[in-house]
Amino acid sequence: MADTIQFDLVSPERSLASHAVKSVSIPGADGDMTAMPDHAPVITTLRPGLLKAEANDGVTEYVVSGGFAEISPEGISVLAERAIPRSTITQADMDSLMAEAQSRYDQAKANFQNEPGPVDDAVKLLSDMVAVGDEIGLAAKQPNL
Amino acid sequence: MPSLKDLKNRIESVKSTRKITKAMQMVAAAKLRRAQEAAEQARPYTERFNAVLGGLAASVGGSDSAPLLLRGTSSDQVHLLVVMTSERGLCGGFNTNIVKRARARIIELVAQGKTVKILTVGKKGRDQLKRDYAKHFVGHVDMTEVKNVGYADAQGIAKDVLGRFDAGEFDIATIFYARFQNVVTQIPTAQQIIPADFDAPEDAGASTLYDYEPSEEAILADLLPRGVATQIFAALLENGASEQGARMSAMDNATRNAGEMIEKLTIEYNRSRQAVITNELIEIISGAEAL
Repeated sequence: MADTIQFDLVSPERSLASHAVKSVSIPGADGDMTAMPDHAPVITTLRPGLLKAEANDGVTEYVVSGGFAEISPEGISVLAERAIPRSTITQADMDSLMAEAQSRYDQAKANFQNEPGPVDDAVKLLSDMVAVGDEIGLAAKQPNL
Repeated sequence: MPSLKDLKNRIESVKSTRKITKAMQMVAAAKLRRAQEAAEQARPYTERFNAVLGGLAASVGGSDSAPLLLRGTSSDQVHLLVVMTSERGLCGGFNTNIVKRARARIIELVAQGKTVKILTVGKKGRDQLKRDYAKHFVGHVDMTEVKNVGYADAQGIAKDVLGRFDAGEFDIATIFYARFQNVVTQIPTAQQIIPADFDAPEDAGASTLYDYEPSEEAILADLLPRGVATQIFAALLENGASEQGARMSAMDNATRNAGEMIEKLTIEYNRSRQAVITNELIEIISGAEAL
């Protein structure tokens, strides 16, 4: 059994990573999952969170938001709308991510008065963002619900 | 017959024009390289995205529960044309070609009795279309402030378009842009983005059976709006590269023309200078003979 698998992380603007890894932890929409070589083929959407790629020479972490991951026998590709290496993320990046989530929430609340679905989704998005902020030690501005 | 001084001034002014066009050509070349790099780097995302979306669409598509963005509103009465052009001129036929393509489509649609709505991105296309189709305009996206096109810009446009779609303002959306082939060739292209239109269902999708988390439908509903943004982003990048390419070759032509003009003017200048000298000699000689 192969002990590594090809891993690609791409954002619309550029490709962030493309190398062999031992495992990847993906913040899936329905919960985190760790994919290793010979994982069953899966396509999952992402929630905002930390993506961890464990290669032979250490673990790299990325903050990702929006998009999906495709796990196939050939490799794992993560297509994220925003992906920032954890080592280079700044408070400004975090603020802009928060602002985006907040505006999504405000919009959902304005558009769907009595339908809980989209508003709940937006609330979840916001709280995911806050959780990410906590985890990487950058203060996420408290959301205004 | 212009005087010697006029000719000299003329030559000087053409020379400085040549300097400007030469500089613009070099700037365009540098920007082109950057634009091409950006387009290149975005390609893996777009390709993967479309492959996955195409596979999903093929398996879910056709059923009545498929999202509207994929299935369409089952009407084709109202068309939204998103015409993407540049903010600046002096790039040869770049803007005109895109507008020409859009115009042909507008005429065709109007002849079929459809309603046409126009959304422009970039000032040049707006100026050209506004003359004839002002009443069809529904909006304009200003990109003057944008130096390097980012995904956020595409998201903004996509949000605008999707908002209109959700509000039932149109049935079919098409984007117009120039696909970059090489520096001298840019192909004006029309691409339908809503309902989503994928070329050739992937045969790769059939070979691997994926598990979907959450359901196929939920993923599709999440990804389709992103797909619109992705397609717009790809088109914006192509357009950026095309614009610089077109400007580069236009400025190259202008520089060459200026060079030719300088040569012609210099010959004329030298001829008239000699004519003046000959004239003076004749005057002196005939003056001396008269004595």
